[in-house]
Amino acid sequence: MSLFLLALLAAAASGVPGLFLRRKGGEVAAGLLGLAAVLGLWASLRVLSGVPGGAVTLRTASLGAPGFLVLDPLAAFFAIPVLLLSVAGALYSLGYWEGRRGNTPALRLVYGLLTASLLMLVMASHALTFLLAWEGMAITAFLLVMAEDREPETRRAGWIYLVATHTGTLLLFAAFALLAKIHGHSGFAALPTGLAATRGGTALFALFLLGFGFKAGVLPLHFWLPPAHAAAPSHVSALMSGVMLKMGILGLVRFLSWVPDPPIWWGGALVALGALSGVLGVAFALGQHDLKRLLAYHSIENIGIILLGLGLGALGKSLGNPVMQTLGFAGALLHVVNHSLFKGLLFLSAGSVLHATGTRNLEQLGGLGQRMPWTSGAFLAGSWAICGLPPLNGFVSEWLIYLGAFRGLGPNLGPGRQGWPVVILLSLALIGALALACFAKAFGAVFLGLPRTGTAARAHEAPRTMLLPMGLLALACLAIGVAPILFAPALGRVADAMGPATGAALPALAGLPMISLVALVLGLLALLLWRWLRPMPRRDDRPTWDCGYAAPDARMQYTASSFADGLVRGLRWALRPAVHLPKVSGWFPRPTRYESHVPDPILDRAAAPALRFTVRGAALLRIAQGGALPVYLLYVLLTLLALLVWMVA
Amino acid sequence: MMPDLLIALTMLSNFSLVATSRVSKAIQFAVFQGVLLGLMPLAMGLGRHFHIVLLAIAAVTVKGWLIPFLFRRALKQVHIQREVDPYIGYTVSLMLCALGTGLSLVLAHNLPLKPGTEYTLLVPASLATLFTGFLLLVSRRKALTQVVGYLVLENGIYLFGLLLVEDMPALVEAGILLDLFVGIFVMGIVINHIRVAFDSTDTRHLAELKD
Repeated sequence: MSLFLLALLAAAASGVPGLFLRRKGGEVAAGLLGLAAVLGLWASLRVLSGVPGGAVTLRTASLGAPGFLVLDPLAAFFAIPVLLLSVAGALYSLGYWEGRRGNTPALRLVYGLLTASLLMLVMASHALTFLLAWEGMAITAFLLVMAEDREPETRRAGWIYLVATHTGTLLLFAAFALLAKIHGHSGFAALPTGLAATRGGTALFALFLLGFGFKAGVLPLHFWLPPAHAAAPSHVSALMSGVMLKMGILGLVRFLSWVPDPPIWWGGALVALGALSGVLGVAFALGQHDLKRLLAYHSIENIGIILLGLGLGALGKSLGNPVMQTLGFAGALLHVVNHSLFKGLLFLSAGSVLHATGTRNLEQLGGLGQRMPWTSGAFLAGSWAICGLPPLNGFVSEWLIYLGAFRGLGPNLGPGRQGWPVVILLSLALIGALALACFAKAFGAVFLGLPRTGTAARAHEAPRTMLLPMGLLALACLAIGVAPILFAPALGRVADAMGPATGAALPALAGLPMISLVALVLGLLALLLWRWLRPMPRRDDRPTWDCGYAAPDARMQYTASSFADGLVRGLRWALRPAVHLPKVSGWFPRPTRYESHVPDPILDRAAAPALRFTVRGAALLRIAQGGALPVYLLYVLLTLLALLVWMVA
Repeated sequence: MMPDLLIALTMLSNFSLVATSRVSKAIQFAVFQGVLLGLMPLAMGLGRHFHIVLLAIAAVTVKGWLIPFLFRRALKQVHIQREVDPYIGYTVSLMLCALGTGLSLVLAHNLPLKPGTEYTLLVPASLATLFTGFLLLVSRRKALTQVVGYLVLENGIYLFGLLLVEDMPALVEAGILLDLFVGIFVMGIVINHIRVAFDSTDTRHLAELKD
């Protein structure tokens, strides 16, 4: 525990030396975050291997709860991606951000504070510490999103994010107040049996689901997410998408771990929301032209997958089916770590592309595979993992959820309940296929083919400080994908926190040794094949998309939009793409333009109007702000009088 | 007998404060009130405590010498003598002050107080002085008169503190004096700045600063 607190302090202080140093501030910050990662990972891994973690306790009568910060297996598990991604991002920013703008020292400071808030949040075991760390996270993240505040688009994204996150926090305040009323104190503790079925239990579930849903980016509460992720610096997007969204999941997981008997409809609601977020998230991603927005929509999709797993686990808990419960929760939790690894990797590679070309627009990139081989390899690894293909880590977690849903299909489920596993299976399959299509589009448009613009043609490979963190993340993805059995005991211990202990059976349940074995055999086979097929036919350099045409041109290749057009049209009912078709007339038509984009319907048609309405309503409060000092003093006097009268009466 | 007389004089000076239109008169009344209150602990027979004697000396010095000195300087700088058209007229102010005094008597009667308090008039007088201070702050336009209101407000708080003076450490009492001094000091600077910025000490101009 003390090691972990030390890590927290190191992270919080990581940006401070940079305020005073003229040079090398970034290196010092990365070093301190590296120290924090080593200390924190050591402490977390010890807890995950079964050593009790300890707690910070403050016995104050007025706050009335035993613990404030507890390093339990759940906290240790969620701390791992926080530590890994923050140090990767800090290292990456050395090449990516250093010296780019005047606000670099401030950015480093806030980055360290965000990491520290996240570390405190995972350990929080009292409403006070939780909300404190939650707000710390929200505000530091807002400052980081606003890093490039000279762009109007960035400012808009920042404000939308701030409003969304505070709406969520408001709901959480209500939820924790309700919880404190039930417990009599504000500490985290298991709820009494039978409470979940009452109206109070329903209100708690709804408030927590909405409050944490805002942070996690569950559809339809996701509207802040794509603009904020696109506007933030790439290493910040990696941390936000990889870790900060997961804090919403952490909250939901903590809440579910308190409930001994969740009603069946809770699991159903989680599954329904997960299916909605997953399918629509990837569908919206298909229509994007902005690389980072595309990745942001994929975060929504992956949050959907995690919710599917959580819903499956909750269903298993309600039905008393330990297999479903263990596989569901374990799959969801593992996907939390997995998504943070491969999404971090993807955002960092997208940042490299942005760094090299200065644009995030897919239609202006292309052919970067030859110019940036390492980056394109990293992006390919990330895409491979996010699509859930073996032998990378995305496969393992989705495999657990698939398996849990199949096991849930048996006759012991009872009549009328067969639907939920079927929904999970169908939506997982649909999500997987669409994700594959989407990443084929993204990877193809950015790295394959011919450069579509001059800037893409002049791109250069990223510096080593940027490639190193990408390589580390890719290795972590491969390690979990090839040898999941190594991580199974820890995962089982975390899944045990969710209810009756069954986590020890996890490796056998999921056939995890088999995965490693098959991976090993297939890897050897591939190696042999590669040796045998070494004498390939002579390489012949031709322009891509030649097609036998005499004067090929970069404009003749598939664009990102045209590649995805069929699917986007098929999903027209949900995506509502805005297409500006040119009118072509006459025998010799003039050159013209075709444009299509997929705006976010929730943001444009629901959230933004609601926001405008609120602002107009809030303007009425301006009447109270007269500007005259006596009037303000009068308010004080009236309040004082009212309090006195209230006290006496 | 003596404390009751001082308290009565304090309450009377409240009425004079809200009824006067001359700024220098208001300052004189506030200073008079401050000196009265500074003598209050001695009159209450607390002279046997050394730190309370010190407090009384400090209070009389600050309120009877330092604050009038600062006020005279400010007055010379801003050249005003009268509070012209206040937000609330003098007659109405007087009536409000009477109302406040009555209300504080009622409130103090119902307040749960430490049993065995000798001076039953102390709490109503303190509340009445608080209200008077607020009234001056709310109803007057000139920054200088507002400072007087602030001073009277502090007098009310001081009076309330006397109730606990035997239990209160000297530090807290010194804190009140320091707070007061800093308040006057800052307000003096603010007044000067308002005058420089708007060429008048009318606080109405401050409304231009609102969002």
